[in-house]
Amino acid sequence: MSESDLQALVTTIKLASVTTLFLILLCTPLAWWLSQSKSKIKVIIEAVTSLPLVLPPTVLGFYLLIFLGKNGPLGNLAFSFTGLVIGSLIYSMPFVIQPLKNAFESIEKQTLEEAATLGASPLDTFFSVVMPLTQAGFITAAILGFAHTVGEFGVVLMIGGNIPGETQVLSIAIYDHVESGQYQQAHILSAGLLIISFILMAGVYALNRKKKVMP
Amino acid sequence: MIRFSFNITKGSFNLDVKEELSSHGVTALFGPSGCGKTTLLRAVSGLEKATDGSVTVDEAIWQNKDQSLPVHQRRVGFVFQNSKLFSHLTVKENLQYGLTRSRKKSDHLKLDDVVNLLGLESHLSKHPSQLSGGEKQRVAVGRALLVNPSLLLMDEPLTGLDKKSKGDILPYLEKTVRTLKIPVLYVSHDIDEVARLADHVLLMEKGKIIARGPICEIFSNPELPPALMADAESIIETFVDEHDENYNLTKLSFPGGDFYVSRVQKKQGDKVRLRILSKGVSLVLNKPAGTSILNILEVTVKEIKEFDSSKVNIELDAGGVPLLCRITKKSADNLGILQGQTLFAQIKSVELLV
Repeated sequence: MSESDLQALVTTIKLASVTTLFLILLCTPLAWWLSQSKSKIKVIIEAVTSLPLVLPPTVLGFYLLIFLGKNGPLGNLAFSFTGLVIGSLIYSMPFVIQPLKNAFESIEKQTLEEAATLGASPLDTFFSVVMPLTQAGFITAAILGFAHTVGEFGVVLMIGGNIPGETQVLSIAIYDHVESGQYQQAHILSAGLLIISFILMAGVYALNRKKKVMP
Repeated sequence: MIRFSFNITKGSFNLDVKEELSSHGVTALFGPSGCGKTTLLRAVSGLEKATDGSVTVDEAIWQNKDQSLPVHQRRVGFVFQNSKLFSHLTVKENLQYGLTRSRKKSDHLKLDDVVNLLGLESHLSKHPSQLSGGEKQRVAVGRALLVNPSLLLMDEPLTGLDKKSKGDILPYLEKTVRTLKIPVLYVSHDIDEVARLADHVLLMEKGKIIARGPICEIFSNPELPPALMADAESIIETFVDEHDENYNLTKLSFPGGDFYVSRVQKKQGDKVRLRILSKGVSLVLNKPAGTSILNILEVTVKEIKEFDSSKVNIELDAGGVPLLCRITKKSADNLGILQGQTLFAQIKSVELLV
């Protein structure tokens, strides 16, 4: 593996880790609200957070480019690691929200009521009852968020460019190798990604199976 | 003293109640399905949001027109119909959940005492999934008690259990409510449970409380729904007077006389609650002699009320204690039974409840 490939690997892992961490922090309250609320604007929020599932990454990337560009409201964040994190947050959000929301919805209302009658405040209930009961949902969300960010290509290409050590990630590196006919290097990276992805997904399904076995 | 009033409308259903309960004993909220018992119980606990309502428990105001304490700030114990328990915690941790979150008081119940009271010793390290329905409910009761509630609410805690589990858990419930001084509001549509557990009864129908009083008065009142059931019954509180070792009998006394029943394992002076089916009571004008029936009480006729086209319900008074009797109209006419008349009630069988 070449120096630049190694850098791409480090950037990828860094990006996926930071993104996953922020997504869990952001999506936990949001998914909880979605699972409990009967509000009418819930539909709109659900649609917005699911948009990245159906939108071509280039469309998402294009708007992000404008939003994060020189004249954007956040100043010039395009072609930087921070910009890449912001893009990834949006791109991978549905993969974190959905498993969390599903897990939260599986908690029966009566369980929450039982906690309340035992003197637990809503926040206390969340940490002492909801989180332990939805552990598998959290792990699934983290794995999916991480894996999806690792596999990101279109959005990164649009807003990240290809700066080695800053924004060059594995998927872009593979693309570069193929473009310049370096199939050998492309093979190594692709196989690596394939194996990592397989391990992660096997983990998700093993977890789901275990969860079903456990009451 | 526990006071509450609510006016809750849900679709076409309206709950409109205003009530005062004494701070000790078990009050059963009894009525047919859909009459609003559970809604009322949930409103008292705060689980059901009621904008128009008030709850005061002893000195504490839980809800009035200006404010409503959230559920977790009320000193309330609540036992659900099918308690979920927390499946990620062991039985012991479930019991401790409320204990660690409640304000400690000197009279706070101890974990060991509750475990003992409910017979949970061998289950402490198990997870809820390893418990039967009845065992789960026992843990739920224990968990609710350890909050040290000033009011314990139970929402049909035995409904959904099979007959055997019910029979297993009832003695624990009885022991619990008799031992502890916590007032209990108990929702049920099962007359057997009410007969065994309740001291007072609130009768509910279509969102309203239609009658209230001690269980013996409510059950024997021929005007009220319990007397109109096919298996109407009277509840009589007695105490153990003496044991007759010769015949292996126990003499139970109450202000209206004595009952002889098969020897009970109780000490002299212990309370025993009896259930007498109204169909099992027959009337005779003169004190009978030459009968195999042991239990004969001198009674006066308080009220006669038609039950159906062929039978009447008669409310009798035995030393101030009401007793319900159901006989045919023909018999009543033959005997010429009138209000205020004194006669004798022969009781074929009595059932011991405690």
